[in-house]
Amino acid sequence: MADHTLNGNQNGNFNSSSLRLKLGLAEMLKGGVIMDVMNVEQARIAEESGAISVMALERVPAMIRAEGGVARMASPKLIKQIIASVSIPVMAKARIGHFAEAQVLQYLGVDFIDESEVLTPADEMHHIDKHAFTTPFVCGARNLGEALRRISEGAAMIRTKGEPGTGDVVHAVQHMRQITGQIRALTVLGDEELYHAAKELQAPYELVRMVAKSGKLPVPNFSAGGIATPADAALMMQLGAETVFVGSGIFMKEGATPLDVENNPLEREEAVSRAKAIVLATTHFNDPQIVAEASEAVIGSMKGLAAAAIEQQNLMQTRGW
Amino acid sequence: MNASPGPLSIGVLALQGAYGAHAKALIALGAIPRLVRVPKELEGLDGLIMPGGESTTMLKFLERNAFFDILQTYVKSTPTFGTCAGAILLATHVEGPAQRSLAALDITVERNAYGRQIDSTILTSDTALPGGPLEMVFIRAPRITRTGPTVETLATRDGFPTLVRSGHLLAATFHPELSGDPRVHQLFLNLVREHQSTA
Repeated sequence: MADHTLNGNQNGNFNSSSLRLKLGLAEMLKGGVIMDVMNVEQARIAEESGAISVMALERVPAMIRAEGGVARMASPKLIKQIIASVSIPVMAKARIGHFAEAQVLQYLGVDFIDESEVLTPADEMHHIDKHAFTTPFVCGARNLGEALRRISEGAAMIRTKGEPGTGDVVHAVQHMRQITGQIRALTVLGDEELYHAAKELQAPYELVRMVAKSGKLPVPNFSAGGIATPADAALMMQLGAETVFVGSGIFMKEGATPLDVENNPLEREEAVSRAKAIVLATTHFNDPQIVAEASEAVIGSMKGLAAAAIEQQNLMQTRGW
Repeated sequence: MNASPGPLSIGVLALQGAYGAHAKALIALGAIPRLVRVPKELEGLDGLIMPGGESTTMLKFLERNAFFDILQTYVKSTPTFGTCAGAILLATHVEGPAQRSLAALDITVERNAYGRQIDSTILTSDTALPGGPLEMVFIRAPRITRTGPTVETLATRDGFPTLVRSGHLLAATFHPELSGDPRVHQLFLNLVREHQSTA
């Protein structure tokens, strides 16, 4: 009975068994935390701490930001190791437009592919045709038009982008408020106004109409980009996120250096405390007593980088078309 | 005495997963869903649904504040329906890998037995339920590899049970909340009524 599976025939596709299966997995991932991991030990910590899924990558956004260079799909060797080490679903990132990386990820058995602005884009005009894959895709969006363009291309989950690798939640908030506000605005328009709204949003009319009638996106809407504390997670869930992605906030310490969870027991303990606390706060997002308890249990935090201090050309969120 | 019974109040374990979809399915059948995130929210319910999601994640929450022990006692006497991860939690034995469970329903469940997401599938076949073939949505599904003597098999996939019942407990390895067909949820509500009339 999920709305997402019964919403009619957008592009003739929302009833296809392929898309229903993709949306089905997205449904199972609701109300939880998806954690970025760079090695097997981090993946195990994520699973032990209650993550619903892990995102396998070579460098978390904070490191990509600090180190520069071209950021690409993770090595298949790393992805296979992580798949073998946990029982929860494993996600991995492909560059925007890089359908050959996505084909590799599908071949490896990754459960969800993130066509991600965190990596260096491979195509400055086209995103991946996600209908062509059996594996479901998640894509980032900053506003409703961008979200609907990605859904039109076959994305089975949207995550608001925020600004990755900062530990500053301000843009995650901005993008979630933008999308939910735009959805509310659509619901009061008359039928004849929806055609113009579709033009303004630069999104397919059928999807715009569907959102106007249902008051929600036709796929789950998760949140990412700068969520670093239990209270950040609770904030995004109260603003309408159905699950949160946490990247650099769990396994990073000062500067752009990861905690050494493999060799240093104290640093491992610190990572575990943060992972468990964010999981706890995400499920109990409406219970300040539990969010307080979770916040108190956290050891250390990533130092963070104020998103306002980042020059325009260094923002990751502006990647994607 | 002759008043028609009021709507059933059914808890949906909302630690993580497809609890929203189950709540909608219950509303469509006239029941009142109540999300359960802490033990005290189990009070006053007629039955409980444990949804799909990640059983490892749900177990982490159950380990807090003696929720596991409270739930273990609760499902012994209250009608409970587990789908996918919820079925894994109800089972007496869990494999692939082994993990703790409430051990209420005498079945052995193998996790992710049909493979990864790329192996997820929708099948339609005849079952013990009246009304023709039933659509079954399998998402990274577990497999019931053994059923105890008191367990009745109501649907199968390749000879393995996918929907089973034992007394006041019901378990499915597929996701009736992702289909438009209300029969499995209705079966559970009937089971709740039946339990109340015999209690």
